Amino acid sequence: MAEYDAGGSVPALRTEHLGRRYGKVWGLRDCTLEVPAGAVAALVGPNGAGKTTLLEMIIGLLEPTEGQVSVFGETSRADTAATLARVGYVAQDHPLYRDFSVADMFHLGRAMNPSWDQQLATARVDALDIPLQRKVRRLSGGQQAQVSLTMALAKRAPLLVLDEPVSSLDPIARLEFMRDVMAAAADTGADSSLTFLISSHVVSELERFCDWLIVLANGHVQLAGPADDLLAAHRLLTVPRATPDAELPGTVIHRDDSDRHSTALVRTDPVQPAVRGHAGWQADPVSFEQLVMCYLQRPPTAATTGNPAPAAARPGPTGKEVTR
Amino acid sequence: MFQFRLDGSSGVPPYLQLVHQVRQSLLLGYLQEGDRLPTVKDVAAGLVINPNTVVKAYRQLEHEGLASGRPGQGTFITAASSPVPSQAQQDLRASLEEWLRAAEQAGMSDDAVTALIAAARHDMRKERV
Repeated sequence: MAEYDAGGSVPALRTEHLGRRYGKVWGLRDCTLEVPAGAVAALVGPNGAGKTTLLEMIIGLLEPTEGQVSVFGETSRADTAATLARVGYVAQDHPLYRDFSVADMFHLGRAMNPSWDQQLATARVDALDIPLQRKVRRLSGGQQAQVSLTMALAKRAPLLVLDEPVSSLDPIARLEFMRDVMAAAADTGADSSLTFLISSHVVSELERFCDWLIVLANGHVQLAGPADDLLAAHRLLTVPRATPDAELPGTVIHRDDSDRHSTALVRTDPVQPAVRGHAGWQADPVSFEQLVMCYLQRPPTAATTGNPAPAAARPGPTGKEVTR
Repeated sequence: MFQFRLDGSSGVPPYLQLVHQVRQSLLLGYLQEGDRLPTVKDVAAGLVINPNTVVKAYRQLEHEGLASGRPGQGTFITAASSPVPSQAQQDLRASLEEWLRAAEQAGMSDDAVTALIAAARHDMRKERV
């Protein structure tokens, strides 16, 4: 069964103060996070947030400038066979050799991966009605994505990293691809739970796919943890406009001021919002998409490693001033 | 075999939607004691949702005593359906109608009433889970 063990066992992925600098610019800085074995984790962030930098350090394509990555307790090092064998990777543009047939691609996979599962690979493309002898360039975009996923699955790596796997696909191909990912995530024995890390900038569909959420913006982790716990830890407060941040319970993550009232996303754990005593206050649960969008809009100075900054460190209300 | 569905726009977390569907189907008699629920993999692939969501829903059903997992065989409904007695339903309806009239007099629109009920129910479930 695919349920993960939240504590105790070795995490599938752990990064500690991970950073990568390109010249004078940090692509990613002070990134500390964990993904438990068996999770389907979503890595969300706008273009340029550092997603690909993080993923490339995880799969061993890029050497960290500082900090480290470990996969199932073993430190990843760039360009080493041991690191490459532990992680399966589906790149954004599904790079395959265009003049190779599907069978040629599998031959290559077998030559390069000691734990290659040829039976799994051929059974998968057979089930998808993709002919083994067909050249890659004659496959549809959806079929190319499926062959890429098959290559990653047949590697039998315990961690699978998918970088924007469906962004180039039409809605039907996207659904079929994610159906297979979800089936693969479910289809694991007690000894071989698969862990997925899927990057995306499409937020709306993620709630149904992932149980672990990592929000990246401005080269920093803004929010990370089990999706359900994060949703439960936040509330959308509607309060009179003049209410200062300091009077709101918890930590104010995002605030919108209109002429009469303000809407604020607050992180309320461990305190519960005491709304009942305040006339005109209302607390609502936050949707997955709202939560992600609010964290993506945080000013760069508020960036932390997974926990919100203390309220005192935040600038004042950031909402638009209304003048009449 | 029982079929789950998922409403992406309801705002209810996916695992709770699955739990509600089993509860509701038990009340309506669509599910009965001894019925086997679809496998985690079938639900995950069928609805294109995270299998851990399905696992979580099944755990919740087990916790509520509505279903139980048998190793290697699947998850089975264990609770006999217990529809709400008709007298209780009538009483509930009467008090609901009284409440709805009060809401209308207070100037609440249908949408506002629906939103308020959804919010209250959501909070109650949060506390229960």
